[in-house]
Amino acid sequence: MENREQLNRNLAQMLKGGVIMDVVNAEQAKIAEDAGAVAVMALERVPADIRKQGGVARMSDPSLIIEIKEAVSIPVMAKARIGHFVEAQILEALKIDYIDESEVLTPADEKHHINKKVFSIPFVCGATNLAEALRRIAEGAAMIRTKGEAGTGNVVEAVRHMRAIREGIKTISGMEPQEIMVWAKENGAPYELTCEVAKNGKLPVVNFSAGGIATPADAALMMQLGAEGVFVGSGIFKSENPQKTGEAIVKATSDYKNPQVLAEVSRNLGNAMSGLEIAQIPEDQKLAKRGW
Amino acid sequence: MKTVGVLAFQGSVIEHKKKINEAGADAREVRHPEDLNAIDAIILPGGESTCITRMLNEFQLMEPLAQKIQQGLPVWGTCAGAILLSRNVDGQPNPLPLGIVDIDIERNSYGSQLDSFQYQTPVSFLDNRQVNLIFIRAPRIHSVHTCENLLNIEWKQQQEIVAVKQNNIFITTFHPELDSGCTFHRYFIDNYIKTP
Repeated sequence: MENREQLNRNLAQMLKGGVIMDVVNAEQAKIAEDAGAVAVMALERVPADIRKQGGVARMSDPSLIIEIKEAVSIPVMAKARIGHFVEAQILEALKIDYIDESEVLTPADEKHHINKKVFSIPFVCGATNLAEALRRIAEGAAMIRTKGEAGTGNVVEAVRHMRAIREGIKTISGMEPQEIMVWAKENGAPYELTCEVAKNGKLPVVNFSAGGIATPADAALMMQLGAEGVFVGSGIFKSENPQKTGEAIVKATSDYKNPQVLAEVSRNLGNAMSGLEIAQIPEDQKLAKRGW
Repeated sequence: MKTVGVLAFQGSVIEHKKKINEAGADAREVRHPEDLNAIDAIILPGGESTCITRMLNEFQLMEPLAQKIQQGLPVWGTCAGAILLSRNVDGQPNPLPLGIVDIDIERNSYGSQLDSFQYQTPVSFLDNRQVNLIFIRAPRIHSVHTCENLLNIEWKQQQEIVAVKQNNIFITTFHPELDSGCTFHRYFIDNYIKTP
């Protein structure tokens, strides 16, 4: 494997067991870092606001990203629209640490994702199942996150997607090569990568969970289901007490198998962000349906 | 059999555990003070030093761990782990009681992820074996005072100190847990843990 691809997968390994938090300014970035975030996602509006306000959601203003980069020592990520390779070029020029090719922003290309292999900077991409994850990895993603349904504070979609990936891995694990070819064909998955996963029983890159995590218990749930870390978008800065909620989610993600610790950190957090029932979201407003 | 603990809050925990096993020792995750009683040595892994620092305090592990290390518990810090153990960090005295290795270190000193790199070199304390060193948003050691400088590399026309030893403490700014082979882990287990 090429040097750069390996190094980019390696950075994701360093984030494992940690929480990546959405922040919209330098002040929030500092709060996130102090609360124990392993990285911050710099953006102009958290998904809950994008959902509420509507309109086209684009890459953030570079000056905001730079401001956030200068405020913290942890890695800084930022979002580019699906297929918008020029936004990705700009983010690479800003020398951030990771690009999220994200369904939370309005897609720029209905058919094509970014060819991430031509970039030096690493990408994380969303996925709703194993085949989708493998398509993104084949395009050069160095890290995967389950999509969930961002901005809802409802963990049900994140659970669905994590279970789908697990189930996919289980399905192909016992297969013979000719059966893997059929599975790859039927699911639109790249064959070589499918073989690799069938052999190793896990994705070749780190897999986090995202989209709807709002409480320490949600974070621990995703970890126990096999996530290697979590992204929390609106869940922290849309809660009543962001600092405390952030700290609690960090601790819950780190010691996710320990109910004593989970009980302790879940106490007196104030109101979590208000949630959305998935069934109430019109089909065309579901973010997880963006990308393929 | 020797048992090596890995500080397990966050970062390259599983990677270190695999290498410890490959090198023929038992690996054990360390999160709580009582976990310290069952280990012969500990590795502070790569990850984010700010997060790991916070967790050390949250889980009341900072003081007991510092005490054990001062009493001679062999410890190896890789990358973030190296930062926790350094006396001076980013030009300031390290406020943590773990900061006992006599070096000045600077976090993310090589730049962003785009400046992460690999470097092949023979290593004298590994019988001159050729190894691949992996630096991920690595810290840089600016000066070494009373401790032993184990390994230098030349990167972008600069001499860089990338491994040091101070009594029972081993520090690397790179990540041997991310590469193939377990020579560094075997070196640590064989040379830092005293057999009774």
